Amino acid sequence: MPIDYATLKVIWWLLLGTLLVGFAIMDGFDLGAAILLPFVGRTDAERRVAINTVGPVWEGNQVWLILGGGAIFAAWPALYAASFSGFYLAMLLVLAALILRPVGFKFRSKMPSATWRSTWDWLLFAGGLVPALVFGVAMGNLLEGVPFGFDSELRAHYEFGLFDLLNPFALLCGLVSVAMLATHGARYLALKADGVVAARAAELSRWTALGWLLLFAAGGCWLAHSGYGYRISAGALAGAASDPLAKTVVTAPGAWLGNYQLWPVARGLPVLGLIAPLVLVLLPRARAPGTLFVCSALGVAGVIGTMGVSLFPFLLPSSSEPSSSLTVWDASSSARTLWIMLLATAVFLPIVLAYTAWVYRVLRGRVTVAHVEANPDSTY
Amino acid sequence: MSDSSLLELSRWQFAITALYHFLFVPLTLGLSVLVAIMESVFVMTGRTVWRDMTRFWGTLFGINFAMGVATGITMEFQFGTNWAYYSHYVGDIFGVPLAIEGLMAFFLEATFIGLFFFGWDRLSRVQHLAVTWLVAIGSNLSALWILIANGWMQNPVGAHFNPDTMRMELTSIAAVIFNPVAQSKFVHTVSAGYVTGAMFVLSISAWFILKGRHLEVARRSATVAVSFGLAAALSVVVLGDESGYTANQHQKMKIAAMESMWHTEPAPAPFVAFGIPDVKNRTTHAEVKVPWVLGLIATRSTDQEVQGIYELVATARERIVSGIPAYTALRALRTNPKDSAARATLEAHSADLGYALLLRRYVSDPATASAEQIDQAAWDTVPSVGWLFWSFRLMVAMGFFFIALFAWGFWLAARRSCDRQRGFLRVALWSLPLPWLAAELGWVVAEHGRQPWAIEGVLPTFLAVSPIPTSSVAMSLVGFVLFYTTLAVVDVMLLRKYIRLGPSPVAGLAQH
Repeated sequence: MPIDYATLKVIWWLLLGTLLVGFAIMDGFDLGAAILLPFVGRTDAERRVAINTVGPVWEGNQVWLILGGGAIFAAWPALYAASFSGFYLAMLLVLAALILRPVGFKFRSKMPSATWRSTWDWLLFAGGLVPALVFGVAMGNLLEGVPFGFDSELRAHYEFGLFDLLNPFALLCGLVSVAMLATHGARYLALKADGVVAARAAELSRWTALGWLLLFAAGGCWLAHSGYGYRISAGALAGAASDPLAKTVVTAPGAWLGNYQLWPVARGLPVLGLIAPLVLVLLPRARAPGTLFVCSALGVAGVIGTMGVSLFPFLLPSSSEPSSSLTVWDASSSARTLWIMLLATAVFLPIVLAYTAWVYRVLRGRVTVAHVEANPDSTY
Repeated sequence: MSDSSLLELSRWQFAITALYHFLFVPLTLGLSVLVAIMESVFVMTGRTVWRDMTRFWGTLFGINFAMGVATGITMEFQFGTNWAYYSHYVGDIFGVPLAIEGLMAFFLEATFIGLFFFGWDRLSRVQHLAVTWLVAIGSNLSALWILIANGWMQNPVGAHFNPDTMRMELTSIAAVIFNPVAQSKFVHTVSAGYVTGAMFVLSISAWFILKGRHLEVARRSATVAVSFGLAAALSVVVLGDESGYTANQHQKMKIAAMESMWHTEPAPAPFVAFGIPDVKNRTTHAEVKVPWVLGLIATRSTDQEVQGIYELVATARERIVSGIPAYTALRALRTNPKDSAARATLEAHSADLGYALLLRRYVSDPATASAEQIDQAAWDTVPSVGWLFWSFRLMVAMGFFFIALFAWGFWLAARRSCDRQRGFLRVALWSLPLPWLAAELGWVVAEHGRQPWAIEGVLPTFLAVSPIPTSSVAMSLVGFVLFYTTLAVVDVMLLRKYIRLGPSPVAGLAQH
C-alpha cells in the first residue's frame, strides 16, 4: 500500500463525509419533497406533479444511503456495529420509513380511489419526515455522547433506550434536519415542478429556510454554552491497530469548538450552513431556481460538514465510559481493507456520478400537470 | 452463557426478513433479463408487439422490484442492528463485498430503473434498450457481490484473526472474490432466478391463452419463457451439483446432515433417495439408497469417502480441544498485548479458535469446560438434520420437474402447438408458486445448514447476536411480520390488477 494507515483513516473520514453529504443532497431533496407533498399539492394532479419530479430518480438517490451504510460497514465496522444496534428502535423507525417510500411511490397512483391515494400521500409524508427527524436526532446524540461501552472482547453494551435519545438538544438537531431537508426539497420542487406547485414550494422554502437558519443558529449557541465535548487524553495513535480500548478519553466542555481554532478555515462550514438559508429567506422567488437549488445543497453540505469537523476525530463518543468512544483512529478497518475500498471507490464513484448526471440530463425540464395527465403510462 | 430467547427471536427475524426478501429477488433476476431479451427483439425486428410485451412484463417487474428494494434495505441494516458482534468481528472482510455491491451494482440498477419507466419518450430505441440491459446487468452483478459475501460466511477464505483488534481481518481480496463456494452459489442462485422469471412469464401467458386473451403477446411470451426456462432449469440442476461438490470440500457437515448420513459410508457413497431421519436416536429409518450417486456428486470420484456425522463430530471435538489454548492465549493477550508466548500459542491454534468459542454457550471460560460440555459443543456442530434432509429433497425434485415442464413446453413450442395443449397450459399455470418454494428451500439448505455457525468454523451464531433488550427484538419482529404481510397483500393485489388488465391497448403503468 502506497499510503500509510493514518492517512488512509483520514481519507476515509473525508470519503464517508462525502457520501453522507451526497446522501443528504441527493436523497435529501426527495425526502424533503415527500415532507412537503401534502402542502404543495392540493389536487391529485398537483400531487402527482410533485411525485413525478422525484419519480424517476428517488430509487438511485436512496442508494446513497445504502452505500453510506455499506461503506461504514466496510470502513468502520466497529461504528456500524455499535451505532446500528445501540440506536436499535430508532434505526427500525428509519427502516420502516424507507420501506414505505419505494412501495408508496410505486403503488400510490396505481389505484384510482381517492382514499387510497391520500393514504399513500400521508405515508409518503411520514416516510420523508421520520428519516429526516431521526438522522438529526442521532447527530444531536453524537454531540452529547451516548452511554455505551465495550468489554475486553469488544462486545458492546448500552444503557439507553429510544426515549433517552429524544432529549431537548437532540430534538433541536432533529428539527434542524427536518427544516433543512424540507427547504432543500422545496427548492427542488421549485426547480422541477411547474405552475402552482413550484410557486407554493418557493413560498414554503422561505419559511422552512427561516426555521433552518434560526434552529441551526440556536443549536450552535446551545453547543457553545453546553458542557458537551470530549478529548483524547492518552493513546489512540493515528497509525495504530484499531482497538477502541487502547486509549483514554475525558469529558472536555467546549472541545467541540476546538477544531475551529486549530483550523480557522473550517469556520467556513458553519458559516455556509447559515448563509445558505439566509439567502433562501431573502430571495425565494429569484429567477434562477437552479442557483437557489445549488445554494441549498451547499447549505446542506455546510451543516453536515459542521457536524463532522466539530466531532473530529470522534465518531461516536461514549458518555458513560468515555474511553470506549469510537474515533477515526481506532474504529476503522485494517489498512488493507481501507486501501481496497479506496481503489474501488476511486474507480466506481466517478462512473456513478457520470451516469447519474446523464440520467438527470435526459430528464431535464419541468414536470407539468399536462405532462402527467398526457402520459399516464410513463408517470407515477 | 447467552440469552436464548434473544438469540431465537433475532434468528427468526433474520430468517423471516431474508426469506421475504428472497421472494422478490429471484423474480427480479429472471424478469430483468427476460424483459431485456424481449426489448432486444423489438429493437431488432421493429415489431411493436414486442414492445407491448416489454412494457407489460416491465410493469410487473417494476412492482416486484420496488418490493425487492424495500426489503433489501432491511437486510443491509440488519447486520448492524441485530448482529452487531458479527459486524464487528468480520466487518473488515464481509463489509467489502457489500459496499462494492452498492457502488458497482445497486447504483447501476437503481439509477437506470427510473429511466426504464420514464424514459420511453425521451430516449431513442437503442438508448432505451441499453438502459434496460444496464438494469438487468446491475441486478445480476448485485447478486454476484451478495453471494461473494454469503460465500465467505460458508467458506471464510483470505482472512486471519488479529488479537490486537479482536476481529478477523482481510489477507487476500482475491481469495474472497474467487472463493469457489461463492462462485458456485452465484451461478446456481442466478439460474434459479431465471427459472423463476421464466415460470412467471409462462404461467401468466398460459392463463391468458386459456382465457383466449392477448394471444399475440401471450404466445410469444410463452415461447421466450420455455426456451429461456429450459436452459435455466438445466443449468440450475447442473450448477446445484457444483454447489454440492464445493460444499463437500468446505462444509462436510452440511452434506452429511442433508443426507442424514450418521456414519461414513464406504466409497462410493450411496444417495439416500428416501428415509426418515431420527435425530433423537441419531439414525435414519426406512432408507432407500441409490448406490454410488452421492459419492459421484460430492467427491467426483469412486474411491473417496463421504464422511458421516459421527466422524465429523469427532473431528469437531478435536478442534474444540485444540482451540481452547488459543482462547486462553487470546485472553492473556487482551490484558497484556506484549505477551509473546501467548501470541505464539494463539498463532499456532488460531484456526481452531472458533471451535473453542462454541463452548461459550456453556461456560464463560472455555478452559474450564468439562468433557461433557466439550462433547455437547461438538454435537452442536450438527445442523438440523430433518430440515436439511427434506428441504434438499423437495428442492431437487422440483428442479427436475422444472426441466421436464420446460422441455415439454419447448417441444410444443417448436411444433407451434403450445396454445392447443390445454393440459400443458394448466400444469404451467398451477406450477407458478413452485420456483419460489424451491428457492426458499434452497435458502434453508444453505443457511440452516451453516448452523451453528454465523461464519463457518469462525464465529458461532449465538455469539454474533446484538446484546440488545429481548423486548426490542420481539417488538421489531412483530412489526416486521405485520408490516410485511400488509405489503405482501398490497403487492399481490396490484400484480393481479395489472395481470388482469393485460398488455393492451397500452401497457399502462399508472392510469385512471
